Amino acid sequence: MNIVVVLKHIPSVADELPVRGNQVDFDSVDFVLNEWDEQSLEQAALIKEALGGTVTAIGVDVIGELDNLLHLALAKGADRAVKIAADDAGADSHRQAKWLSEAIRPMAPDLVLVGVQASNDIDGQLGPLLAAYLDLPYIGVVSSIEVQDGTALMNKEFAGGFGARYSVRLPFVAGVQVAPKPPRYAPVSKIRQIAQTAKIEVLEPSGEADSGLVFRKVAPPVVSGHAEMIEGSPKEIAARLVALLKERGLA
Amino acid sequence: MSKDILVVAEHFNGKIADVTFEMVGKARELAAGLGGKVVALVIGAGVEANDLASDATLQVNEPALTEFNPEAYARIVEAVVQEQAPRLVMFGWTSMGMDLAAWLSGRTGAPCAAYVRDLRLENGGLVISCQAYNGKLIAEVEPQGEMTIAACLAGSFPTEAGRGATAATSIPSPIALDSLRVRFVEAIQPPPGDVDITTQAKLVAVGRGIGGKENIELAEELAEKLGAVVAASRPVVDAGWLPRTRQVGKSGLKVKPKLYLMLGISGAPEHLEGMKDAELIIAINTDKKAPIFNVAHYGATADLFEVAEAMLELL
Repeated sequence: MNIVVVLKHIPSVADELPVRGNQVDFDSVDFVLNEWDEQSLEQAALIKEALGGTVTAIGVDVIGELDNLLHLALAKGADRAVKIAADDAGADSHRQAKWLSEAIRPMAPDLVLVGVQASNDIDGQLGPLLAAYLDLPYIGVVSSIEVQDGTALMNKEFAGGFGARYSVRLPFVAGVQVAPKPPRYAPVSKIRQIAQTAKIEVLEPSGEADSGLVFRKVAPPVVSGHAEMIEGSPKEIAARLVALLKERGLA
Repeated sequence: MSKDILVVAEHFNGKIADVTFEMVGKARELAAGLGGKVVALVIGAGVEANDLASDATLQVNEPALTEFNPEAYARIVEAVVQEQAPRLVMFGWTSMGMDLAAWLSGRTGAPCAAYVRDLRLENGGLVISCQAYNGKLIAEVEPQGEMTIAACLAGSFPTEAGRGATAATSIPSPIALDSLRVRFVEAIQPPPGDVDITTQAKLVAVGRGIGGKENIELAEELAEKLGAVVAASRPVVDAGWLPRTRQVGKSGLKVKPKLYLMLGISGAPEHLEGMKDAELIIAINTDKKAPIFNVAHYGATADLFEVAEAMLELL
């Protein structure tokens, strides 16, 4: 099995997201691995454990710090690491997917795994765009993939705990919602060790695509309401909440 | 290029899903401004499709497509779009629409807007609001070109304006169905046996802020004292800290309890979709800018563990 796992380096939503002009101020935010990519990495590692083969981790290096994520991927079971050196913090999904498709096509993968979505997918997710550019089927919101004899049996989730099972002939692109097992832990010592010896292949961006979206404005939502905030120490907050619940017959 | 709007309908168990009525309602408003028609596309046989307020409803009456097939649906939508050349194609930002919208954009080169919260016309052009970055920012975008694709968050528009009585017209599948690489095998039902969080009057909901499986016990204790049950946001379930039956939100369950006490949930749009109608929402989160505080009735910026432990002492 020749599995490609795509990593997306995105602005962290854990902190404030300052805006400059019509975009996020990319210079003053932390970038992190898209949380769903942890799941697709795990799914790739599970398939490799079951069937053998190689896992190639690839991503667009939007701010010059992708090496850290690639080292993490190697520590979690990837065999090969590739970065597309773009240095373009605002590269949208279309542009990234086009570059990735040009890099991935010659790899002739059996399976391309992508996190099902990312919080900055304003122009759509990498997975379906990649599938369109590579002329492969796409199936997303996937929660398990088992491969046998050139066919994958996979579960896709719908709302409310419902889902469906599909069989898909390889190759295809899958958007992973969750792996069958929680993502494995990679000790920092192992990542550091890998960082010293790992060889990361570097590619130049090739191909052109554009979201076709002109950004007029990016701003925090205008809110119609806001919670009544309870101030004070944790004990004071707790006392106020318990009183509130008792008043309403909820405690 | 026409001025029409194509709404790709979503259905489940033979019934049109609410997000479709929402989109048709919005599409009617936009079509009136554009001077075009609203065309709904329903893929699959055995779907009750005569209750939309569209100008026309096309139904691909194929029994093999009653269940969602991402490959077949994508190629059928592509074929219909090529024939009709609509101004706007609307999908739900749902498990189905997320498989189709960006793919169609990649195939056609038409721009795609995802996480769509609103669409409006300004001087004849579309302006789309997208709820990006877990709801922390709204991006207002102007799509260029003749066709636009929009993937709309469920719950963004009222359903009423999309309800009507347009009779569906059967059309044959515009693509051959015998060479598909994706095959539907079977439906998966929700796992039985756990408590049903949709029927609980009180829920204590935990998010990523709970930190680890070992801390779920604290939430369980608090829930027990309150006569509540523990629910969770998606990251908690994906991490394996609680079973999927406890998940609230877009990919989980919709709940409407009397009390929804939230510990360490920031309030991503996908979560809000599942709980925003709860009668009393209380949120405790360390991030004072967390979007949940725009939805909760009461909030506190505090360490959830300290507050939960202090509450336990008082209950």
